[in-house]
Amino acid sequence: MMMPAYAWIPLAPALGALTLFLLGRRLARKTVSILASTSVAISLALSLLATLRLPPGGTSGLQTQTHRLMTWLSAGSFQVEAALRFDALSAVMVLIVSGIGLIIHVYSAGYMSRDRDYGRYFAGLNLFTFAMLLLVLADNLVLMFVGWEGVGLCSYLLIGFWFEKPSAAAAGKKAFLVNRIGDAGFVLGILVLLSAAGTTSFAGIAEAVSNGRIAPAMAGLAALLLFVGAAGKSAQIPLHIWLPDAMEGPTPVSALIHAATMVTAGVYMIARMNVLYAFAPGAGRIVAVVGALTAVYAGTIALVQNDIKRVLAYSTISQLGYMFLGCGVGAYAAGIFHLFTHAFFKSLLFLAAGSVIHALSGEQDIRRMGGLRKHLPITAPVFFIGALAIAGVPFLSGFFSKDAILVSAFAAGFPFLGILGLAGAVLTAFYMFRLVFLAFFGEERISPENKAHVHESPSIMTGPLVVLAAGSILAGYLGLPIVLGEKANLFFRFLGLVAPVLDKGHLGPAAEWGLILASAASAAFGIGLAYLLYIRNTALPGRWAARRPGLHKLLLHGYYVDEFYDAAIVAPLVRGSESVYRRFDLEVIDASLDGAAKAAGVFGKAAAILQTGWVKDYALAFVLGLTLLVGALLV
Amino acid sequence: MTADIVFWILAAVSAGAAAAMVLLKNPGHNALLLVLCFSSLGGIFGLLQAPFAAAIQVLVYAGAIMVLFIFVIMMVDPRAGIPPEKIKRAKILGPAIALVLFFELGTAVWTLFEANAAPADAGPAGSPTEVGRRLFTEYVYPFEITSVLILAALVGAIVLGKKEKAGS
Amino acid sequence: MTTAAVVGLSLVLFVLGVVAFFVKKDLLTQFMAVEIMLNAANLAFLGLARGTDRLDAQVIIFLVMTVAAAEAAVGLAIVLLVFRRKKSIRTEDFRTLRG
Repeated sequence: MMMPAYAWIPLAPALGALTLFLLGRRLARKTVSILASTSVAISLALSLLATLRLPPGGTSGLQTQTHRLMTWLSAGSFQVEAALRFDALSAVMVLIVSGIGLIIHVYSAGYMSRDRDYGRYFAGLNLFTFAMLLLVLADNLVLMFVGWEGVGLCSYLLIGFWFEKPSAAAAGKKAFLVNRIGDAGFVLGILVLLSAAGTTSFAGIAEAVSNGRIAPAMAGLAALLLFVGAAGKSAQIPLHIWLPDAMEGPTPVSALIHAATMVTAGVYMIARMNVLYAFAPGAGRIVAVVGALTAVYAGTIALVQNDIKRVLAYSTISQLGYMFLGCGVGAYAAGIFHLFTHAFFKSLLFLAAGSVIHALSGEQDIRRMGGLRKHLPITAPVFFIGALAIAGVPFLSGFFSKDAILVSAFAAGFPFLGILGLAGAVLTAFYMFRLVFLAFFGEERISPENKAHVHESPSIMTGPLVVLAAGSILAGYLGLPIVLGEKANLFFRFLGLVAPVLDKGHLGPAAEWGLILASAASAAFGIGLAYLLYIRNTALPGRWAARRPGLHKLLLHGYYVDEFYDAAIVAPLVRGSESVYRRFDLEVIDASLDGAAKAAGVFGKAAAILQTGWVKDYALAFVLGLTLLVGALLV
Repeated sequence: MTADIVFWILAAVSAGAAAAMVLLKNPGHNALLLVLCFSSLGGIFGLLQAPFAAAIQVLVYAGAIMVLFIFVIMMVDPRAGIPPEKIKRAKILGPAIALVLFFELGTAVWTLFEANAAPADAGPAGSPTEVGRRLFTEYVYPFEITSVLILAALVGAIVLGKKEKAGS
Repeated sequence: MTTAAVVGLSLVLFVLGVVAFFVKKDLLTQFMAVEIMLNAANLAFLGLARGTDRLDAQVIIFLVMTVAAAEAAVGLAIVLLVFRRKKSIRTEDFRTLRG
């Protein structure tokens, strides 16, 4: 078939998923993992091929290629094509999805090796990869929504992978439902755009915006509605509640879906629709504010969490906030750049956490860890590297991407948000190194049974960790700060105008260097504080918590948002449902059905009067009928 | 002319035999009256230029079927008399409605056929040869199927009439 | 011997058959009433036929008679069976199919 290389990218994982769903139970474990990993590897190879083949030209510096597969929906003037688009932004996304995806598939082969439902796991993982690839390759909002829903479904399936555990099943349900609320906003946004621009394709919308066919108010409305969808998918306030619970799923799932890829779909969407958001700066401002607030909010909660995965979950929410902050102020490339570096170090942190949990036979509470660096010679250093990266320590990737966002925030005229960003950086450094010091350093608080079995993970798990660690260090060098020269930032140049950094104003070189120093200082401050509290004077945290128990509990429970939603929304709905069930379903519907049945019985009994069993009565009926018929015919 | 007189005599006999059958209670008498009725009908068939029909009417109906009836009457022996029925509604209503039917159809027949009173026996005789030819060409399917039907009836009658074995 | 006369006779016989069915109390004679009705039908066929249709009427009479014969055979076998079981052929006694 004459389809360009990029059009084939989603195919292999789709076939892999289909095969594994149907046959997964009957295949050997090795076959399953090799099949699943190979299909993602094929996607990765195709992605590389397609990226290298992107010809120069077009407004973005590199051409935008589209390929129409077929006309999908056609109803009067409403047309939706099933078409794929490949440009610099798509290239970045498919490389992340297939690259990190492949690494995590390989890791999973080791991590899930003793699980009963091996086949179902990899089938879900492959299906997710397919849906995510579809999402980022779609040429219009509707096809993108198909992928959007697909990743939501896979998230549900994989969070609730161990569905016999009630908490896991509930977490999966919660994730899906909260996502659904966001999706409602997304669909409404699509509808607004459809009515305003007549099309959902990205090119069409961009063209309508630049030709002034969309009123600013409509654009703003659509932008906000789409952001509601993004908030749901990317766990921003107020729809963030599902992500911490999503940690019930297997750790590689948390790494892939809830760190590197699915949750970044919201950021991708905003970057993709940057023309719209640029046209409606009010909406952009709201995005930035929500992002910044979420970054700080989640950071404060992460300070006191005791489950290693929950710390990382809140950390993800916080980092996503940064990405939205970047996109909100118009620095879409900066947001995507942070997405890129975050994919490396966050998945590294999650997988390393998985390694720790595996080593400790399932222990996830950091209060029962400690001194692990002696026992885990590979996991410990890579975790440390990941922590350095996320904290924004200079010369690692996180530093570069975070700096890009902060520079943009200040340059675009949002100093308050920039300061929030710096505050978040302090928090990030602190809670990450609290985690590092409590888990890997200091006195060993491991339980005796776990201590007996503690072992480093097999190389099928540590190999990926090392690869990701290398990425966490090196990825940042693709995006050197502009203060070092206009051409220094390769990443931004690659993205060009597909996902630009809007020129809202420049900080002078002095201010930029000042900001670099400020970020470095925030990281140092956070790490230093963590060192003081968790290495030097370990009794201090306990005393502080005891002095302010209310504050401690508030943070521990995430500001009681879950409890609030439960009381304000969930409980009334449940009560309402129950009342409807009792009053309508049972009393009206069931009663009318019973009534219909009883009526049938009554009629039957009435009709049975004619059945006397006596042949003369029947003959009477015959003759009567005959006479009446003849009479009718004669008249 | 003679044909007319013979017809009316035969008609009277058959109607009268039928009426008598209604009134008399003895089943044996009823059967014999029917034989009379059917035979006179056979005669009427003959008058209507249908010799084949006449022949088989006498042979099969008056001959075979009524003989069957008489056999069964012998075996069942309802000489003991049958007690009167308790539920009278059918006995009253049935004939009443039948009377209505008679008047309905009677008026129809009168208006339809008295108007153009053509003799019923006009035309050539329906020869048995010709009937036979039709039976084996145009009507060969019904003919063959009736043979299957007779076989089925034969088997059925034998199976049903068997003496019950002990315990069955 | 007009057509009206023949068909009229057929009608008389038919109604007599119907009346007989309702007046009689036992299975056997009721069966005989049915036979009367069948004959009346046969007569009507022949009476209403004209010309070459008379040949077809005879064929029909032949077929009806065959069926009547088969029916009589099986029906009378059933009457015998019923009599053996119930020791009676009074139709009022056979009401087990009452619904």
